[in-house]
Amino acid sequence: MTLEELQEIKAGEELARSQKKKSIHVCVAAGCMSQNAEAVLNTIEGQLKEKGLAKEIDVKGVGCMGLCAAGPLVSIEPENRMFQEINPANAFLVTDNLEKGKKTTNDLASDSPFFKRQYKIVTENCGVINPERIEEYIAFDGYLGLYTVLHDLDQNEVVQNLIKSGLRGRGGGGYPTGLKWSTVAKAVGSKKYVICNADEGDPGAFMDRSVLESDPHRILEGMAIAAYAIGADEGFIYVRAEYPLAISRLKVAIKQAERKGLLGNNIFGTTFNFTISIRLGAGAFVCGEETALIASIEGGRGTPRPRPPYPAESGLWGKPTLINNVETFANIAPIIRKGADWYASIGTETSKGTKVFALAGQVVNTGLIEVPMGMSLREIIFDIGGGIPGGRKFKAVQTGGPSGGCIPEEFLDIKVDYESLTKLGSIMGSGGMIVMDENSNMVDVARYFMEFCMSESCGKCVPCRVGTAQIYDILTKFAERRATEADLTLLEELCDVVRNTSLCGLGQSSPNPVLSTLKYFKHEYMERIQAEVNQE
Amino acid sequence: MPAYPVKVQPPTEDKRWGLVMATMKRHGYQSNAMIETLHTVQESFGFLDDDSLRFVSKALNVPLSKVYGVATFYHFFTLKPQGKHTCVICMGTACYVKGAGELMETIAKKYNVHPGETTDDGNLSLVTARCIGACGLAPAGVFDGEVNGKLTVADTLTKLTKWE
Repeated sequence: MTLEELQEIKAGEELARSQKKKSIHVCVAAGCMSQNAEAVLNTIEGQLKEKGLAKEIDVKGVGCMGLCAAGPLVSIEPENRMFQEINPANAFLVTDNLEKGKKTTNDLASDSPFFKRQYKIVTENCGVINPERIEEYIAFDGYLGLYTVLHDLDQNEVVQNLIKSGLRGRGGGGYPTGLKWSTVAKAVGSKKYVICNADEGDPGAFMDRSVLESDPHRILEGMAIAAYAIGADEGFIYVRAEYPLAISRLKVAIKQAERKGLLGNNIFGTTFNFTISIRLGAGAFVCGEETALIASIEGGRGTPRPRPPYPAESGLWGKPTLINNVETFANIAPIIRKGADWYASIGTETSKGTKVFALAGQVVNTGLIEVPMGMSLREIIFDIGGGIPGGRKFKAVQTGGPSGGCIPEEFLDIKVDYESLTKLGSIMGSGGMIVMDENSNMVDVARYFMEFCMSESCGKCVPCRVGTAQIYDILTKFAERRATEADLTLLEELCDVVRNTSLCGLGQSSPNPVLSTLKYFKHEYMERIQAEVNQE
Repeated sequence: MPAYPVKVQPPTEDKRWGLVMATMKRHGYQSNAMIETLHTVQESFGFLDDDSLRFVSKALNVPLSKVYGVATFYHFFTLKPQGKHTCVICMGTACYVKGAGELMETIAKKYNVHPGETTDDGNLSLVTARCIGACGLAPAGVFDGEVNGKLTVADTLTKLTKWE
């Protein structure tokens, strides 16, 4: 592959597009897929054939359009007219209304705040390109970043670029990506590895899945750039076995990239070699922790080990290893293409760029959104999310999954970035955002998360294995109204012990849901105690 | 460890072992291929029985205890045969907030089966999932491999009745 060939593919795609009058996009990401999007796609194709429009109008399946709640989604391009809840029976609404004008019952305002308030970097191609065709990714400047890096920048310049961009790890920790890369780049050793962490275990988070399903080549390109920067020649994507669609699209993408010479030996005619293989997870939340993930790739039980040594020095098979999250890798190519200064201009002082959130729970517009760092929770939930359905009252928003906390209404106006959420006792996490209304009981919510941590604890260290079970038992006492004042004190002490003495992030952060609900919703715990006193 | 991998014969003549052998071969019979191999075994046979664990242990030259450890560590692997039909109810946070618990209770009560178990007649396995990533469609479930969102108690029961 050369630059000319890359441009040729792009020009070819643009020509093909210009020859079609319009193009109909049908969302075929997992959310819409489970609502029969494939049948919609076939029906629309059939109807166009009947009308004799098959040559003028292009129909294609695209990645996630974001508003999963209203799926399956269909849009007519280039005017971006959107339709919601299309099924094979009402697909004629789309094909009968190709020309502007008549409003239908299933129109979806594409200028609503849900779409207008977003800022897309990671998901820029989601809902735009067909994820199973590498040509379309190339048509949107795909692999141009990799070319630039290989031909115009040396390894140190790539790392410096990343440091300047201010990108921080999107998996939850928020460690500066450039710093991590430079540590691995400096590590001694001829063999190094790049790992993409796609073990998205947080219940309530589906950002990584959507990106993998909608734009898999973006991840491959990001990993290849990382490999060049740190001097690795082998990469792994560790992906959950629960995401069959993402796995199959990744496999297709890797094959296509290999065939085009964008993975393999002598990429872009340089001496740079890089291969990527997929490793399947098997349903263990703890494998999202980097040392556990490495143990799992090595074929064993996914149990973490103490750090240091960090994987940057001694990772996969004892070699220096770079591990980044899917979303982090998805940010790399745009940073290279558009420049570190551009990226650093978005977001807040300490947190740059955008963040993808999976908005779910008791909110009108559930789905996938990408917003600049620094947007307030209120804007996210009420403007983009459309507020709480059924006129009920907002109670709390849970961020960061089982490691995060619940944030009550009085803090809705804080600007979302890594620091502000940590200050509130929650974390940014990987980006799950669950909205709860007045019907949710916070003690039950805390108990739900503790049950999760208890069952997902790998059992290696005592504080986590025993502590989570004990906390769960105490919370059950509260749920059953058997708790006493002493239990409350014990609960607080226990949380403190588990937090400070556990081996890995799972244990250390497992008390967060309890501590944050204790902090903001203590009265709900107290009610359960008082109930017992009254009974006596 | 022997210098050359010892060729181990599959426990039965079943053709599906060919798939398992192919996976191990692709990874050069390395011990780190264990999880991938177990995935293939489960895909082909539906579950991991003692014979298959013994076979994987020999073929990859890994102690049986370690294979058993891995097979029981990960939720995705099951050592018991699954029922004719499988109903997975997602218990992720979004689904939980939207009433997946109630859904689960109703099914468990009606079919007299606990989550993670199979009915006595071997017809239905009820499984919980941590999160299937369909949070936008909560509550969600997977019925024999087909993902369905926005479930209500009524339409879940309708689906299950069809399997009876």
